[in-house]
Amino acid sequence: MNASRPKNLLWLQAGSCGGCAMAALEQGAAGFARELQACGINLLWHPSLSEETGEEVLEIFARLESGAQKLDILCVEGSILRGPHGTGKFNRLSGTDRTLFDLVRALAARADSCVALGSCAAYGGIPAGDPDPTDACGLAYERSTPGGALGRDYRSGAGLPVVNVSGCAPHPGWIMETLQALASGDLTASDLDALGRPKFFAGHLAHHGCSRNEFYEFKASARVLSERGCLMEHLGCKATQAIGDCNQRAWNGGGSCTHAGFACISCTSPGFENIRNHHATPKIAGIPVGLPLDMPKAWFMTLAALSKSATPERVRKNAEADRIVEHPRRGK
Amino acid sequence: MTRLVIGPFNRVEGDLELTLDITEGRVAEARVSTTLYRGFEQILAGRPAADALSIAPRICGICSLSQSMAAAAALRSLSGARPPRNGELAASIAHAAENIADHFTHFYLFFMPDFARALYAGAPWFEAVEARFKAVSGAATVEASPARARLLHVMGLIAGKWPHSLAIQPGGVTRALDLGEKMRLLGVLAEFRAFAERVLFAAPLERIAALETPEELMALAEGPGDFAAFLRVASALGLDRLGPLSAPLFSFGAYEINGAHFSPRGLFDPRNGALAPLPEDAIAEQVGFSHFRASSDDPALATTQPSLENPDAYSWAKAPRLSGAPAETGAVARQAVAGQKLVRALIAKFAGTHVLVRVVARLIEVARLTLAAEQWARALRLNEPFAEAPVTAMEGHAVGRVEAARGALGHWVTIERGMIQRYQIVAPTTWNFSPRDSAGVPGPLEQALVGVETGAAGAKSPAVQHVVRSFDPCMVCTAH
Repeated sequence: MNASRPKNLLWLQAGSCGGCAMAALEQGAAGFARELQACGINLLWHPSLSEETGEEVLEIFARLESGAQKLDILCVEGSILRGPHGTGKFNRLSGTDRTLFDLVRALAARADSCVALGSCAAYGGIPAGDPDPTDACGLAYERSTPGGALGRDYRSGAGLPVVNVSGCAPHPGWIMETLQALASGDLTASDLDALGRPKFFAGHLAHHGCSRNEFYEFKASARVLSERGCLMEHLGCKATQAIGDCNQRAWNGGGSCTHAGFACISCTSPGFENIRNHHATPKIAGIPVGLPLDMPKAWFMTLAALSKSATPERVRKNAEADRIVEHPRRGK
Repeated sequence: MTRLVIGPFNRVEGDLELTLDITEGRVAEARVSTTLYRGFEQILAGRPAADALSIAPRICGICSLSQSMAAAAALRSLSGARPPRNGELAASIAHAAENIADHFTHFYLFFMPDFARALYAGAPWFEAVEARFKAVSGAATVEASPARARLLHVMGLIAGKWPHSLAIQPGGVTRALDLGEKMRLLGVLAEFRAFAERVLFAAPLERIAALETPEELMALAEGPGDFAAFLRVASALGLDRLGPLSAPLFSFGAYEINGAHFSPRGLFDPRNGALAPLPEDAIAEQVGFSHFRASSDDPALATTQPSLENPDAYSWAKAPRLSGAPAETGAVARQAVAGQKLVRALIAKFAGTHVLVRVVARLIEVARLTLAAEQWARALRLNEPFAEAPVTAMEGHAVGRVEAARGALGHWVTIERGMIQRYQIVAPTTWNFSPRDSAGVPGPLEQALVGVETGAAGAKSPAVQHVVRSFDPCMVCTAH
């Protein structure tokens, strides 16, 4: 492959809210389009940005499908809607009789690499929420089961499975860095986790770097939203179970879900759409059901009891306030 | 008569298809269709009430926070929660930031690039406009993206992230800002104001917000700035005569602080300039030409059952009607209802809305909202709460009404024993881009397209593109 040739990128929206495209536009000091250009990507067509409309778009699709033009990177945003009754007609490509279900499969077969942008395209996402009215799935997964619209054996031209940039919406950096690594040839199958997500963000838990970390350590919990304490014990936070370097990056210049005071709802995970009562922690006999991903339950309970008994006054008070009421100072 | 089918239609949010019947080079009849259905109302039913706050915003990646505001408003009126003043202010600032960002995105990324198309090569204004507004590569297009991203840092401070946040709750917002954060918020707004005053308007925001007459507006056209460039093109192409519509204009009202809406609720008749209270109970959604089984027309009682069995149906959007008739919503309606003098004058000239006034109203709103957001940010009293303790018991029926960037957004909710029984969403572009109603009356865009000259360009007619995008459609909200 000629390393200097710009890589052609096509961005499609299937059963989408458009939020991944909006997130991507938050990328970088120079803006999304300039950053793509800087890393050697030629934006063939993007639904929110490109000039081409109507027939001109269909001509681009036809050139890619026939192989007349090389499709290096196919990005798909949104779930693939297979209904009703396997027809895909819940999502028709406007101006044509074709469904996105059909178009995505045809173009994925031509793509050197294929990226599922967001949890919808990765695993089905919100449209796949019960009762799954449109028979929604991801490109290569149906929730956490391999398969989806492209089938479990799908490999792109470069031999890669679908790259799942999950999240609802994903961090703009996850999108940009994935595209950049595909364009440079740096991303290999070993860089993906068991659910096809790039490990550079999926190797972390959303909990890592959480600004409520000290409250977590002492199990000093917020009782209601707007309090500063840990959101895990009472308020449904899944950050110790959900992947993502969410709290190691700035969202919109400096935010994150838990930083802003609401729970992680595990939006990077397959099946997050069917969690109910996002702001309540399910408990059995007062003990949270969803404990940290890989921590033995007995240890967790023991450490929690120990740390609760060692909680500094400052931490206990601040956990149940909406602002800092006790400042750090040397203990007596 | 020839029939044109136009799609995929890009630089709109979501999936839009037009079917135009052309007679003697002009649109004789138009059908507007959205080609995507995801089933949000079906997914919401049967869930715990509070799940509306996590599911409903995900209808739309560009109006996400407005959807949060509508869901929170509906649950608020059921729970009796009363957000403290800081909660209302912070939510209003975030809501304003979304709406400003949407108008800004529309102007630079969605609307203006159509004037940079090669079809216009040869026009005296073309070279300058192409250099500035060409899709993806134009100087303004490139400059606008980081400015938009920086404005959305408001979301990092108040909402955690954008799109799709859970910060807006019935009882307020989930984070109390500290002094440093308030200063950062003011800094972001000041930076956006500087961009708008230097690049977009080349004038102080106060002057734009206070525009009164078409003469004052055209005087601006002689100056620098991207707004002036638009005004020169609008004048050359006669955009005040393109896409006319004389349907009633209405607003649900938005930015509620201490019981008053900064953007008022009301109904404005563009034919005679009369302002009236909004008959809120006179809203119906009809499905005679939509891919849904018949249900109640009353959003409070309706259920959503998709079906491809109706042979007349051509859209996944329903047809909302106000007192039985189509109505237009959006920035132009908000500014007309609010009594913004220039917007009223531009409407009065042709007794209706048109491409020019829809775009001008949006940009005037950018100025007015930026000024308001600055005041709201200054008014935050950091020693007071941002949220009250939540009231969890919710039962009964309520409507959450707000204004998204594109217009009136309503969530009709019925909760029984803490669970969502029914959830109906009527979104702004559902109004503007509705299909025919059960009586066969075309929707607002379907009416505004009639008479548009397509000429030799046919499906590639730029005039059709301008009329469609003048409404800034959000199709993902439209059918959901």
